[in-house]
Parts: sequence; structure tokens; C-alpha cells
Amino acid sequence: MPAYLDNAATTPMRPEAVEAMLPFLTDGFANPSGLHGASRRARRAVDAAREALAARLGCEPGELIWTSGGTEADNLAVLGAHEALGGTVVVSAIEHRAVLRPGEAVGARIAGATPEGTVDLDLLAEALDEGVGLVSVMAVNSEVGTVQPLEEVVRLGRRLAPRALLHCDAVQAYPWLDVAALCAGFDLVSVSAHKFGGPKGIGALVARGHAAASLVPRQLGGEQERGLRAGTENVAGIVATGVAAELAARERPETVERVAALRDRFVDGLLAAYPQTSEPAPREARVAGSAHVCFSGVEAEELLLMLDREEVAASTGSACASGARDPSHVLLAMGWAPSRARSAVRFSLGASTSPGEVDHALSAVRAVLARLAAATA
Amino acid sequence: MRVLVAMSGGVDSSVAAALLQAQGHEVVGATMKLWGGRSDSGCCSVADVLDARRVADRLGIEHHTFSLTEAFEESVVAPYVAGHAAGRTPNPCVECNRHLKFDRFLERALRLGFDAVATGHHARVERDAGGQVRLLRGADRQKDQSYVLAVLERAQLQRSLFPVGTMTKPEVRRMAERLGLSTAAKPDSQDVCFVARHGEGSGRKGFLAPRVELHPGRVVEASTGAVVGQVDAVELVTVGQRRGLGPNGAASGARRYALEVDVANRTVLVGGEEELLVRRHPLEQRTWVGDALALGTEVLVQSSAHGQTRRAVLEEGGVRLLDPARAVAPGQLVACYVGDQVVGSGIVAAQGAAAGISASPAG
Repeated sequence: MPAYLDNAATTPMRPEAVEAMLPFLTDGFANPSGLHGASRRARRAVDAAREALAARLGCEPGELIWTSGGTEADNLAVLGAHEALGGTVVVSAIEHRAVLRPGEAVGARIAGATPEGTVDLDLLAEALDEGVGLVSVMAVNSEVGTVQPLEEVVRLGRRLAPRALLHCDAVQAYPWLDVAALCAGFDLVSVSAHKFGGPKGIGALVARGHAAASLVPRQLGGEQERGLRAGTENVAGIVATGVAAELAARERPETVERVAALRDRFVDGLLAAYPQTSEPAPREARVAGSAHVCFSGVEAEELLLMLDREEVAASTGSACASGARDPSHVLLAMGWAPSRARSAVRFSLGASTSPGEVDHALSAVRAVLARLAAATA
Repeated sequence: MRVLVAMSGGVDSSVAAALLQAQGHEVVGATMKLWGGRSDSGCCSVADVLDARRVADRLGIEHHTFSLTEAFEESVVAPYVAGHAAGRTPNPCVECNRHLKFDRFLERALRLGFDAVATGHHARVERDAGGQVRLLRGADRQKDQSYVLAVLERAQLQRSLFPVGTMTKPEVRRMAERLGLSTAAKPDSQDVCFVARHGEGSGRKGFLAPRVELHPGRVVEASTGAVVGQVDAVELVTVGQRRGLGPNGAASGARRYALEVDVANRTVLVGGEEELLVRRHPLEQRTWVGDALALGTEVLVQSSAHGQTRRAVLEEGGVRLLDPARAVAPGQLVACYVGDQVVGSGIVAAQGAAAGISASPAG
């Protein structure tokens, strides 16, 4: 049985979501901005999905902006707020590149990380002052899976950077955590549908009332999404997102419990199979699907290639345009040497992961590590 | 055999993969990401990786990208920078073959269960039943790349295949065209891959300037000690170089060549062509493709990728030239041949020119 353990990269779509989107790719193809009946039906479907997702994100439907995905939502938050408010942008060093790169583009201050894979709150406090216009800290790290100390981030942000909007990239959090509660203190929140059983190419930015007024759109054109995101809506994607968001949230408690048990079995199995295995970040600080491990003395690139032949899909968590894996900027920010960072593998389980997949992956990793050890000896 | 082909995204390695596949080998392609910075083919040479991937797709073979950027930095870029800082002129392509393609890449291939690696180099390897290997010039003399492979040793060559080495370049291109490979008409790569040719920070100086302190220096006539000019950066002067040693080359109007680069004293010694002639190339980091040849053996030496060969005799710490020849810049590779066969190599040691001059009477 093939094992798909790359759910942090993307998840398989929920069949219910696929089914929900199909009518809007066929007969219900109308543009929601039109004046005719078919358009009104498309409009209603978009609005229903907006309501469903907004409820799960703890915002008003009018505060939710559909985007083409998490990256666009992050860019709109960071660059849109910076253009509107000016001031200094502050981001954590372990943000996804969708936040880091726009941050760097506007000269952001980068707050370092702790060896445990969370933003260093002392360094964050040092970076904050009254001149800061935007603070962006993610909810769950995309590589090591750590949940960030968001309450403290909000407290520090409000106290030390009173002018600033607070943005949270919650792309990796949605499958595992109640984002509405987790990100309640943030002005801007990004999510992406394909991380929780929805399609690729669709995401959303929550921009609470006052924050929406302080965003400059990144693309101009029609008046869709209150003028903050011009362009005809991805109706089918939006509809599917509403369904997937609903299912993922409803099943979340059961999913978390089941997947955490599978993850523990998997990681404990790895630790037992190869003594040089370690977990870069403490397990209790990570989301249920995160099985991020380091196999000392092994090149992750080689391990992954061999696992691929055994039909086990995993990742290093970082990639470059050429398809090569650079040492993870997250691990480097956690104080790792590049050579050690090249031994880290991101296995990530998801709601669809089965016990059979975990068993197959475990025996495949054992076999491959044994083969590598034999070849190195 | 299971063969991992190093696919650079060029036509030669594309055809190498196709040939091995046609011969019935199990072929997988891999492109090395070596340089993370700017280059002529975009960041991380993305365009080349895409070319390699398209060829692999066309051939229906698996393709991977290996990131070896730290190893490349450590084994190729850093020594290149350090060499220039010390007034030498390193050949990074040679070091890349020595440390990356036929070391890190080969090692990885073996760990992954491959029997051999292949590249698109124009050179030939002959094997006999006893496991001995001979490295020979490529069939296409214009494109022969045996020179940059001269640092390889037996264990490396035993696991290396150069499938296009028996073909001429036009044959390679025709075959690529026949197979519908998108790289068929791609121009040959040139120069140092990590030194961009266009834009900001391009050229050798543009590359080195942010990485090493460059010092202006005096140009001194070797025979008289007279200062005859200035250079912007002594670190960028290569022994044998004629241009840029102003003012106007030399006051006398005679051609002046760099004889020695003395970075510590920020001085470039220059002289006429006859002063550049040496009877000996002092060599370090010597390698042998097979068994070491005895001192006194006559060989042909070649000191650039497509340079002419000269007769020489192996001796302790270098080679003695049968006829005087221009000095080779320290850091450059001298490849030794017997006939068409590469037998070994060495890197020209520092103070080559000066040592050559003073050693010449003794021969």
C-alpha cells in the first residue's frame, strides 16, 4: 500500500468537496457578477461558502476575502498593509516564504526563533516599537509543525506596537486547531483550502473591519471582494472550500485524536528503528500530523529518493525553484548547521492517513535506512 | 546496469542518457544544483534544470535534482576565491569534477544502488577484463574534454561512463534532433558556471570583488626593477597575461607579460616573451589515472582545455619540458598524456614563473 505522508504540502481532496464543485465546472458555470438567474445561483453558492468558512474562522462573512491561495493571502496582508500604513514590518524568521519574501521586500525586521522551533518572544519584543506597522507570526510552522505562542504575540504586539496590524498565517493550523479561537486576537488571518481537503488555487484572508480599511489591494480591476481582490471568483473552488472547511472543522476533534495516535506510533517506530533519529522540535508542542524527524548521518535527499521507490511520499519541507532542496531556513533559524539540516525529513500525516500507510512507511524507512547504512559502511 | 546520468541540461548529457537507455541500461537522470546564487541561466540555474527534466520526460526516465550547494561552495567556490586572493588562477571546473561530479555525486549514486554514473563529457574510457581503466581523448578532437577529467583516478573511472566520447559533436546534435530532444540546438556552455556574464556583479571581477579584498598594485619590469604601470587588482592578474598591464602595455612598445603575481607585495612582475619561457612546470596535488609512471618517463603535457601539447619528462615535483614553453599560471592544471591516453595531472605550484627562470640553466 502506498503511503502518502506529505499532507503538510497538500492533502487529497475530500470526495464531498469534489462533488460540490463539479456543478460549477459544468452547467453552473456562470459569472457571479452577472445579472441573470445562473449568475445569482453562482453568487448564492459563493456567499454560502463564505458564510461557512467565516463561521469557522471566527469572522463576519464580509470580513473574508477569497484569494488564489495562502501565498496570495499572505502577500495581500503583508504588502497591502505595509502600503497602506507604512511603518516597519516585523516577521518571524520561521515564517513560510509567502510571508518572509514580501517582508524582506519591504525591509522587514526578522525576529529570530528558539531552538524549539517557536518565535523567540524576547527577540520579537526587541523588534517591536511604535513605528511598526505590521507584525506577522504564523500559527503552526510549516516544516517542524510547532504551534506558535500566539497569545503572547498578540499581547506583545498590542502593547509594544500599538499602531500595528497583526497578521497570522494559519495555513498549516486549520486541519488541527480551532483557528477562530487561536487567531481571535489577530487583525488578519490567512488560510489555504488544499491543506484541509479542498482544491488548490483557493484560499482566503480574514481582514477584520478596521484592518480591511487599512489594506491596499495588490491587484486592480473589478470590485470583487470589496475591491480588495479584483478578478472573477473561482466559484467551483470556493464552493468546494466551504464544504471541505465544514467537514474538516466538524471532524477535527476525532481527526486530531486518531492522527496523533498514528503519528506517535510512527515516530516511536522510527526512534526505535534508527538510534540516531531525533525530533527537532518537542512533540507536545507540535500539531497532530507533524512527524518531523532528523536522521543524523543520512542525507534526507537520498532517503526521500529511496522512499519514493518504496511508494512512500514525504518531504524535506523546503524546496527551491530548481526542485532541489536547500537546507531548511526554519532549522537554520533554530540554530542548526546546514549539514545537519540536510538530515531532516518532514513526514506529515493528514485526516486521510490510514494505519496501513503508517505501517508500510515504517517498514520502508527501516529497510531504506538499513540499505543506506550498508552502502555507507 | 543501473546508471545515474548527470544531466546538466545540455545536449551532450541528454544524448548520453538516451544512448545508455538504448543500450538497455536502467537509466535515471539527476541534475546537480551546485550554485545557489545568480547565474546566466537564472537563479539556481532553473532553466537548465527544466531543460534536463524535459529531456528526461521525453526519454521516459526518472529525473531528480540534487542540491549540493554547500559542498560546491566548500570544494569549488571557496578555493577559487582563496586561490585568486593568493594570486593564483584556479580552474574551478577541474575541482568540480574532482570533488563534486566524480566524488559527491558518484558516492550518492552508489549509496542509492546505482552501478555507475555517466556524464556528457567528450572523453573515452577503455576497460579491460582485469578491471583496469584507460582514460582517452574524445573522438571529436575539437570538443575533447579529457583535460578536465585528468584529475580522476582509477576508482572513479571504474564507475564512470562517457557515452558521447566516441561521437563527434555534430553527431551528438543530429542524434538529439532525431530523438526530438529539446536541447538539440542548445549552445555549448562556456566559462565558469557560477560567474555571471551579464548584469550587475558579472565577470570574474564582479564575482570576486564582494568576496575578497582586491588590491591595486604596481607593475614592475622584472629585469630592471622599474615601475612601469599599475593594475586595479593584483588578485585578478594571471601569469602569462598581456592585457591591462598599462600604461599602454609597456613604455618601450614591446609586449609585456605577467611573469609573477606577488599579492603580498602588491606587485606584478612583467617581462618579454622570452622571460616568460620556462623549462619546467612545478606541480602539486599530483594524481595518476592508473599506476604512477616512473620518473624520467616522457609524456605530453597540456595546460589548458584545448591547448597544444608539449613533450616533457616526469621528474620529482613537476615536469621538465623538452623545449622551453610559456609559464603556466599557478593554480592551473597540467594534464599528462601518453599518446591519446591521460596518465595523470598536477596543479601548477606557486612561483612557477620565477622557479622556472631560476631553474632553467640547471635544466
